[in-house]
Amino acid sequence: MAVKKNNTAIKNSPKHLLGIQSLSIIEAKEILDEAKEFIKLNRSKSKKLDILRGKTQINLFFEPSTRTQSSFDLAGKRLGADVMSMNMDNSALKKGETLIDTAMTLNAMHPDLIVIRHQDSGAPNLLSQKVNCAVINAGDGRREHPTQALLDALTIINRKGKIEGLKIAICGDILHSRVARSNIYLMNMLGAEVNVIAPKTLMPKSINRMGVNSFTDMKKGLEGCDIVMMLRLQNERMQGSFLPSKREYYEFYGLTPEKLKFAKKDALIMHPGPMNRGVEIDTKLADDINVSLIKEQVELGVAVRMACLKKYCK
Amino acid sequence: MKEKIFINARIIDPSQNMDEIGSLILNDKGKVKAIGKNVKKTDVGSGSELIDLKGNVLTPGLVDMKAFVGEPGYEYKENFRTLSHAALAGGVTSIVTMPNTKPIIDNVSMVDFIIRRGRDKANVNLFPCASITQQCEGKLMTEFGLLSGRGIIGFSDVNKTIQNTELMARIMNYASDIGVLIMQHAEDYELSKNACINDGEIATRLGLQGVSALAEKIIIERDLSLLSEYPCRYHINQISSKQSLDVIKKNKINGKQFSAGVSINNLALNENDIGDFKTFLKLSPPLRLEEDRLALVQGVKDGLIDVIVSDHLPEDEESKRLPFAQAATGAIGVETLLPLSLEMYHNESLPLNKIIETLTINPAKILKIKKGSLAKGSDGDICVFDLEAPWKVNAENLKSKSKNTAIEGRNLQGKVLMTYLNGELVYSV
Repeated sequence: MAVKKNNTAIKNSPKHLLGIQSLSIIEAKEILDEAKEFIKLNRSKSKKLDILRGKTQINLFFEPSTRTQSSFDLAGKRLGADVMSMNMDNSALKKGETLIDTAMTLNAMHPDLIVIRHQDSGAPNLLSQKVNCAVINAGDGRREHPTQALLDALTIINRKGKIEGLKIAICGDILHSRVARSNIYLMNMLGAEVNVIAPKTLMPKSINRMGVNSFTDMKKGLEGCDIVMMLRLQNERMQGSFLPSKREYYEFYGLTPEKLKFAKKDALIMHPGPMNRGVEIDTKLADDINVSLIKEQVELGVAVRMACLKKYCK
Repeated sequence: MKEKIFINARIIDPSQNMDEIGSLILNDKGKVKAIGKNVKKTDVGSGSELIDLKGNVLTPGLVDMKAFVGEPGYEYKENFRTLSHAALAGGVTSIVTMPNTKPIIDNVSMVDFIIRRGRDKANVNLFPCASITQQCEGKLMTEFGLLSGRGIIGFSDVNKTIQNTELMARIMNYASDIGVLIMQHAEDYELSKNACINDGEIATRLGLQGVSALAEKIIIERDLSLLSEYPCRYHINQISSKQSLDVIKKNKINGKQFSAGVSINNLALNENDIGDFKTFLKLSPPLRLEEDRLALVQGVKDGLIDVIVSDHLPEDEESKRLPFAQAATGAIGVETLLPLSLEMYHNESLPLNKIIETLTINPAKILKIKKGSLAKGSDGDICVFDLEAPWKVNAENLKSKSKNTAIEGRNLQGKVLMTYLNGELVYSV
C-alpha cells in the first residue's frame, strides 16, 4: 500500500473546497498527486482504508445526481468514514426550511465533512459560513464543480502524462455549465490552452476575460486540440429556446468522427456525463475505447474524491 | 415656538443659486424669515434662539424620492417610526414612500389609512405613492384622479414594470389629461427573466443569470416614444447603465419633457463589489460596470439625471441569508444617502451644489411640492452637516429596523449634525 501518509507541509490550507477559483496551484497538484495513489488502491483487491475512521461525512444533495453522489459515497466509505447521504429534493426544504436552517441542524450533529450539491450558484459558500466542518462543493448551479474538473485533470494526466502545453477544447452548453467553468480555471492554472466552442446563444458574456479562446465554428475550435471535452446539452434548451432543433445542433456541434479529424490525430474525448447520444456526441465515438476517456473519468472520479475528502477532513 | 437664527452657516440652496456664508432666520411659525449673507444677528429679537453652525453646511432638508416603509404588512422590516429616525439622521425630511406594501396602496381607503398612520407615527414629511396598476400586476390602472385627490403624490409600480405597451399607452394618455406623475421602473421582463445581477463577467464567474442593460433601455425607448404621443408627467425611477443614459440624452436634446433618477448605489458601487455572493448588493436595477457608474456620475453632472434616490429597501436578515438567486433584492440607504453622495464631491467627480440640487429642489420640482428650498416663506426643513467629518459605516449603528446596508464598513466623509423639521430640532448627533 503506497498511500502517502500526509501532506502536512502546507499550513493554513483552506478548510473548504468551494471551487477551483479559490484553489491554489499547489493545492490542486497536491490533490492530484494524492489521487494517483488512490487509483492503484481502487484497482486492488482490498480497497478499504481507515484514514477517515470515526469521521462523519454527510452528502447533501439538493439536485438529483447519480455519478457524483455515488462517487462521493464510495470515496468516503473506502476511506473508512461513516457516510450519510441525504436527498433533499423531497425533504425539509419543501417544508419551508432554508439552507441555513438545514445547515445548522446538520452542524449540530458534528459532521466532519459536508458534500453539497445545490441548484443555486454560491450555495456551498453560504453553507461554509455557517458550519464548523469542511464543505466540499459537488456542483452549485452553473458556477463550479471542482471535483469534476480535478478528475478530468487526473484523467488527462493519466493518459497524456501532463497537462502543461496541451490544447483543450470544451464544447457545448458553456453558458449553463459548471463543469466548463471549473475546467476553464483548472486547465488554465495547470498550463493548458483552452478553447471553448458553443453557439452564440450558449456562450456566456465576457468569456474571453476568463483566459480562453472562444469559437462558434467547431472545426476551427478543434484545430490542434489534444483533448475534446463535450458537455451535456439539456433537452429543453434544444427546442427553440436557445437553439432551433436537436438536429441542427448535432449538425454543427455534435462530435462526429469527421469533426474529430480537425483535432490532433491522437486527440481524446471526454464527457462529464450523462450523455445524450446522437445529440452532442456520436454514439460509436463515445464508446470507442481508443479515443474515449468517458469510462475512465468515472473510475478516476472516486480516486479524486478520496483525495479531496482526505485533504479537507481535518 | 421661539424665533431661531442660524449663524456662521455655509448656506447651500441650489433653488436660489446660493452658496455663501451667512445666516438663516426661522420665524415663530417655523418658516424661513430671512436667509443669506446679508442677514444679521440684529435682525432677530432678543428672545430668539441663536445657533452657531461654525462654518458647517446648511441646506434645505433633503427629499428622497424612493423609499420603502414596511407599513402596512412588513412592520418587521421597517415602520414609520424607524424610517423617520433613519431619515432624519441622514438629513432627509421628505420621503416619497412606495406602495408595494401588504396590502398594496392601490385604493382610496388604503391611502386614508397610511396618511393617518403616517401622521401619527412618522416624524418626517411623507408623500405616498400609489401603484399605477391594481396590485402592481400591470393589468388594470388604478384610480389616478381619486387617489391624487386624497393626497397621492405620484404613481409607481415600484420595482415592477408595465410590460403591456397598449396599457402603458393608455396610462400615459389618461395621466396626461389629469396631470399625475407616472414613475416607471424600466425593465423588460423577457430579458430579465430569473436574472439577479448584471449580465457580464461577474455573472459568468459566479454562475448567475444576468440581465443586460438592454432590458432597461428598451423600456425607456418604448416609453419615450409613447411620450411623444401622450405627453404626461413621466419619470424613470432609476437608471443603471450608460446605454439608458444615451437614450435619455438624445430625447432631452430633442426637447422632450421627462425626468430620471438614479440610486445612490449605482453611483457608488459597481458589479465587482458583489464579490463572493454578497446578497446585500443584490439590487434592482443591478449594479453594473465601472464604466456605467462613471457614465451615471457624468449624467448627474450634465443634468441628464435629475435626482439621486436612496432606493431605501429594508429587508430582514432571513430574506438575505439565502443563496444569491433566492435572496431578497434591495438595500437600506436613506440614512447614508447624503454622506455617500458626498463621496462624489470629495473625489472631485461632482460639484457640491449639484449633489444638493439632486437631493432637494430637483425632486421637489418633479413632485410639485413646496420642499427642497429655503427661499423666504418656505417650511423650516433644514439639514446641517459637517462636510469633512470622517466616519465608518457600521450597520448596527444605523437607525433602520433592518440592517441590510450595501456599504458596511465603508469609510465616508461628511456627517449630518442636525436636522430640523418645520423649525423644530428633530435630530442632532
